Amino acid sequence: MSTRQIRLTGAGGQGLVLAGIILAEAAMREGYNVAVAQSYGPEARLGASRAEVIISTEKIAYPQVDRPDLLLCLTQEAYDKYISNVGERALVLVDSGQVLVPNSNHLKPKVIALPLQRAAMEQIGSKLVTNVVALGALNALAGIVSWEHLAAAVAERTPQKYRAQNLKALDVGRALTGTASPA
Amino acid sequence: MNKQEFVQGNEACARGALYAGCRFFAGYPITPSSEIMEYLAREMPKVGGVCVQLEDEIASISAVIGASWGGVKAMTATSGPGFSLMQENIGYAAITETPCVIVDCQRWGPSTGQPTKAAQGDVMQARWGTHGDHPVIVLTASWVREVFEMTVLAFNLAEIYRVPVILLLDEVLAHLRENVTLPVAGELEVVERLEKTNGRMLNFGAGAHLMITGMAHDETGFPVQGEKAAQHLKRIVGKIEEHKERLMRYQGFYLDDADFLVVSYGITSRAVEAAVERLRAGGVPIGWLDLKILWPFPDKLIREIASHVKYILVPELNLGQLVREIERAAAGQAPVAHLGRVDGSLITPEEICKYVQDEVARVQRVCL
Repeated sequence: MSTRQIRLTGAGGQGLVLAGIILAEAAMREGYNVAVAQSYGPEARLGASRAEVIISTEKIAYPQVDRPDLLLCLTQEAYDKYISNVGERALVLVDSGQVLVPNSNHLKPKVIALPLQRAAMEQIGSKLVTNVVALGALNALAGIVSWEHLAAAVAERTPQKYRAQNLKALDVGRALTGTASPA
Repeated sequence: MNKQEFVQGNEACARGALYAGCRFFAGYPITPSSEIMEYLAREMPKVGGVCVQLEDEIASISAVIGASWGGVKAMTATSGPGFSLMQENIGYAAITETPCVIVDCQRWGPSTGQPTKAAQGDVMQARWGTHGDHPVIVLTASWVREVFEMTVLAFNLAEIYRVPVILLLDEVLAHLRENVTLPVAGELEVVERLEKTNGRMLNFGAGAHLMITGMAHDETGFPVQGEKAAQHLKRIVGKIEEHKERLMRYQGFYLDDADFLVVSYGITSRAVEAAVERLRAGGVPIGWLDLKILWPFPDKLIREIASHVKYILVPELNLGQLVREIERAAAGQAPVAHLGRVDGSLITPEEICKYVQDEVARVQRVCL
């Protein structure tokens, strides 16, 4: 049996639920069972938001993430809230421009900090694609799905006008990991 | 051919409604039900139906009842605060024997509560929210595909019994997306309005004068009092009570050799399923009853199972609602415990495992 539990966290408006949907759709294309649950506050924007993705070869009975294997944190608030509930072998990806990770080398689980939002702004010209940059980085680090399926899922979920931008964002995230080092 | 799709609970509900032949939706948007209306606003016109946003939930249920008497299958969807507002006219639908479907995506209450957090706190309101004795059918679901199926069933039962049928969902299931294979045309039974109903329902414009009133009335539609009013009430309540056994929908797992029984419904059943598999693997003689219909309540089923188990646990996202019915039906044959959670999060498989294991240990100590 193989099951992956992925928690994507940050603020409302950062596209975390959409990122979860894209990841799940890519995994579904590979024949996995998938479930995406979402949790957010009453605010339209900026409250704490998270998406939980479960990808499994088995039937997914309980549809929420218990202890994530992969955790993405786009805000300090999200990091502070969720870092204590991950397994020792989990992989944690944070936005280095938004999250201060207390020092470091002996930290378990492994925390990788990448300038996700800065890369989105500098290389794409919009912080709106930070979620897709993060997906690219996460998939490069953890090998969740094939790039072909991930790109197809991104393309399907983005309007024509922004499709090229989002596909590029995926590559930007992937390339960021080439220089990744433990935070 | 059926194909795998990635579908949200609310979307499955909307698509189930269209599949069942629903051609009128009236509602007022409210989290966590809004995607049902969002989907139907887009898709309903394509099949020649009407989707309308009204000023509030009172107008919405009123329009649904009116549409049903116009000869069209009709539905509304809401959450706790809107469900509260609809109660008076749910009674009107019951006494006028109007087929209609009301979806309640439960959220934490009372009042505004926590709009984005799941709960199972409307179980009693769904049964007794409107005043007076009255007939109602309340269904629930745990899976995205099941939301589709139960929505279709809700329409079918509304037509067959001419009652308002309530579908109780919750925030997590409403917003949950899973890969599913949804039924294709012809796969599920769809009960049409004029063919199979008990007592043909004429609609406005069908050529007859209709007398539809919320007052106690006889078959001519004119108001009555005294014994005739009693007969009216007993008939409309009886049409559900007398068909209780036929209405039962549940799944039983490991019931034959279970010492410990978990009874659950809705989203909580997902945690129970995970827990039961783990407990069974660990040698705990646990059984599970997964209820798909809450009202009419399956008294006889609970009474029979309670006679051969040692302990019953009822996990719910409330402070104790369906557990009261289970305790009543078990009638002292087995102790009934409640595992409630009301912080807006789901009960987890771990919580259920731990509760059961502690209880198993306690019972074993007592037996020694």
